[in-house]
Amino acid sequence: MSFSKMIGAKLMRQAAIVVAALMLALVGLIPAEAQTIKVGVILTYSGRDAALGEQIDRGINLFVKLHGSELPPGVKVELIKRDDTGVNPDLAKRLAQELVLRDQVQILTGGQWTPNAMAVAALTKEAKVPFVAMTAGGSLVTLQSPYVVRTGWTMWQTSYPLGEWAAKQGWKNAYTVVSDFGPGYDSEAAFTKGFTEAGGTIVGSVRIPLKTTDYLPYFQKIKDVNPEVVFVWNPGGPQATAFMKAFDDIGITKSNIKLIGPLDITSDEELPNMGHSALGVVTLGQYSPAATRKTNVDFIAAWKKEYGADSVPTYFAVAGWDGMRAIYDAINAQGGKIDPDATMKFLHGWSNPNSPRGPIGIDQAGDPFQNLYLRRVEEKDGHLVNIEFATIGQIGDPWKLFNKK
Amino acid sequence: MTTVSASPTVHEVVPSAIIRLLKLLPWLLVAALPLALPGYEPLATQVFVMILFALSLDLLVGYAGIVTLGHAGLFGMGGYTAGIFSVHGITDPIATAVCAMILAAVTGLMFGAAMLRTKGLTLLMLTMASAFLLYEIANKATGLTGGEDGLQGVSFTPVLGLFAFDFRGKTAFFYSLAALFIVFIFVRALINSPFGWSLRGIRENDARMVAIGCPIMQRRIIVYVISSALAGLAGALQAQSTQFVALYSLSFELSGNILIMLILGGSGRLYGAFIGVPAFMFAQDLLAKQDPANWYLGQGIILIALVMLAPGGILGIAERVIDVIKRRRVRNGHRDS
Amino acid sequence: MILYLISVGLSVTMGLMGFVNLAHGVFAMLGGYATVTFMNRFGIPFLLALTIGCVLVAALGFVLERTLYRYLYGRSELDQVLFSFGLILVSVALVRIAWGPLAQPIQLPDYLRGRVNILDFALPAYRLALVGFGAAVIAGLWFVFDRTLFGARIRAAVDNRAMAQSIGIDTNRLFAAAFGLGTGLAALGGGLGADVLAISPTYPLQYIVYFLIVVAVGGLGNIKGPFVAALTIGLADTACRYFLPEAGSIFIFAFVFVVLIWRPNGIMERR
Repeated sequence: MSFSKMIGAKLMRQAAIVVAALMLALVGLIPAEAQTIKVGVILTYSGRDAALGEQIDRGINLFVKLHGSELPPGVKVELIKRDDTGVNPDLAKRLAQELVLRDQVQILTGGQWTPNAMAVAALTKEAKVPFVAMTAGGSLVTLQSPYVVRTGWTMWQTSYPLGEWAAKQGWKNAYTVVSDFGPGYDSEAAFTKGFTEAGGTIVGSVRIPLKTTDYLPYFQKIKDVNPEVVFVWNPGGPQATAFMKAFDDIGITKSNIKLIGPLDITSDEELPNMGHSALGVVTLGQYSPAATRKTNVDFIAAWKKEYGADSVPTYFAVAGWDGMRAIYDAINAQGGKIDPDATMKFLHGWSNPNSPRGPIGIDQAGDPFQNLYLRRVEEKDGHLVNIEFATIGQIGDPWKLFNKK
Repeated sequence: MTTVSASPTVHEVVPSAIIRLLKLLPWLLVAALPLALPGYEPLATQVFVMILFALSLDLLVGYAGIVTLGHAGLFGMGGYTAGIFSVHGITDPIATAVCAMILAAVTGLMFGAAMLRTKGLTLLMLTMASAFLLYEIANKATGLTGGEDGLQGVSFTPVLGLFAFDFRGKTAFFYSLAALFIVFIFVRALINSPFGWSLRGIRENDARMVAIGCPIMQRRIIVYVISSALAGLAGALQAQSTQFVALYSLSFELSGNILIMLILGGSGRLYGAFIGVPAFMFAQDLLAKQDPANWYLGQGIILIALVMLAPGGILGIAERVIDVIKRRRVRNGHRDS
Repeated sequence: MILYLISVGLSVTMGLMGFVNLAHGVFAMLGGYATVTFMNRFGIPFLLALTIGCVLVAALGFVLERTLYRYLYGRSELDQVLFSFGLILVSVALVRIAWGPLAQPIQLPDYLRGRVNILDFALPAYRLALVGFGAAVIAGLWFVFDRTLFGARIRAAVDNRAMAQSIGIDTNRLFAAAFGLGTGLAALGGGLGADVLAISPTYPLQYIVYFLIVVAVGGLGNIKGPFVAALTIGLADTACRYFLPEAGSIFIFAFVFVVLIWRPNGIMERR
């Protein structure tokens, strides 16, 4: 190798490093103002499940549009949004780290997926930044750090009571089908406990890898076993439709086998895509846009005005909405000066009686306690909707109850 | 009669001690980064880890002529080894890094011995399949690896008992930089050794190498094992600096990205990794924040442009520029005399 | 079956031009987008939309071959891999900008939904239709390659390009046409398979592995190989998921690995 070539390359390298450093400096130049509270939002804005991230994002944006001025005088809120592109806990952790170190956010939110939220929560323990996770459902998330709360739901909340209810319907055997990651394991365990403790038997269970596209082999087996009821969980959105269509293809929806599960499996915005295959499916959840309480009616009106008459807000959007409500309330309570520990103390006793989903609050464990509604998919005015037909009172995360240290 | 006298080379003018100091200069500059730009340590650490990874890939792609789309398999192997060890109680960073290297090397040996008999598309597919295989195994072995959720609870004791890993990332920064420096010295020595030259020979014309009695299969396996060990080290460093391991470290996406980063800088040129990786990662940092679509577009256009116009990467362009300058100087030299 | 339809086109182009084209999934994706857009926005019936989509994409393939691909025929595999990967990225970005990041919903026509009763088995109509299409395509392709002049010319050009040119075959035009055929087939697979392999901007990246596997295992440049490969892999994968769901996708990659070591040129080598 000729020496001049080596020198040339070395000089190039030095130059490259200097240029790189300059680029870094440019990127890092964000003017810091006195009373601007920066909130880091980590959601999924691209990839297969971008639809869910978009729902949460719209909930956030709508809240800021309608209530964004409800702040102490001189205080502004700046949202810094980052894309975790899906279930990528390592990326989510790094994004959170950069938001805290580089952008100096004082509050983190988003937390769409349980694995991502777990990774970010672990970070907040050391970084001491309050984290309002919105839709992550795994029970362990709020145990990762004293600086995490959530405003969505937990898998145990939406699965355990369903198990009890199913047994009470007289069904003796059940098959469970869940997506193969954290929240799936939670819902499987929760339903199993509720069902078996009330007298039922689980005759089979399967966990479907997240990236699967062909569900038929798995469902064929279920059909062959022929249980009375099938408990299903998937993360909702387009996957819910894929599941429902596969159930239809294999003939389960038209048979005597009952399909039940947490509200994700009949995601409201996907119901039109699922079509009649979803009729009659019973789910347990904390929010349906078909609810008739006044706070919801107002919310839907505002939503449709902003996003179009065809657009439907789902429980994802409401989680985003309530999350922002909690953050703004915390800011107001502290007069614009965010102290991490004071924020957490406030959030742990926070409540919102006027949420579109009904009264909700956050308990000492950091989980939401709220009403859970049993719903059935029915046709109303030519549309498919989840109609609430029974209410289970204000409950927190059952898992925490069973696992009190 | 004219005599052409070459202008004195730098080597003859400046004493060699100063040259050696100059070569260290970039390293020292980079080590001072935390002073200039606090808050960027995590990103810089990521860059160091990726450069190490790209160096290991360069041994294969640039020097031995083995194109692999599955190198992340070895990276992830190292990462999960370090992570799983730490979850089960063995938390010393250097010890786990060594174990990661060993396990990655063994994996490379197993797969390499089977795969390296083939060439071309078949070899490419095999490298992909091997990485996917490891990915799926890790995906399913959730008890061991955490599957999609990632490996939780990874933590390491302070390096050498003195420097603790904190979320600010300073320890990780210097630790990875040091590792990168050591590996750089090693790789440079390797490619300038007779072994390294034989690799180039195998890449250019293996039939001829066989004719002069070079055991090419053995050499290819050896370089594959070394490369795997280094990739495993990079993976372990990643696990240690981020205190987390996720399936991404075994993914096809990562294999593709690291190949692009290397080619961007220029393969087969030792420093290619050092240029391509920062360029790629900073461009990604800038563009992807606005809108991921912009980043894909930019990346794709760069790739196509690279292939059609500048196959040697950035360093290739630099070389061509220097060549032109040199030729012009010689021509002028002729005219003057 | 969808994999076969898409992959056979890849086998043709890769075997024919010796070009490692990772971007094949792009054409399948575009076929899917075309079909779905025609159906959803213009209300055109499924089969017609599918046909229009295929023709459009084949034309695009033809043009791309003439303008971009032809410059890279002699280059190393690495360069071809990088080029086609860059092409994937560019098209992913453009598609995302044009159609948004979400997956496209598709409503299959009623005659393709539900189940059909054949000899006591109730099978999903859609899957049956796919198998039918696959069989039709393989028959059609075999006919073209074995029985027509065009097919003969292509085979000649693959075997020995220089010789073919010297006897007056315009290999450039031929290659472009073959490339168009390959991409049109991909579009057919993409559109038909839109229900199972969802049409979204990340389509080429998600599924490229599977196409490559089918082609590598099936052997380049022939039509029956990928068919056999797709069938075998598909059946084996389904069986594995039914009997051993815990194994997930491990099996398919282990299988591919073993097959490729055993038969580096694919299951049905060309000669």
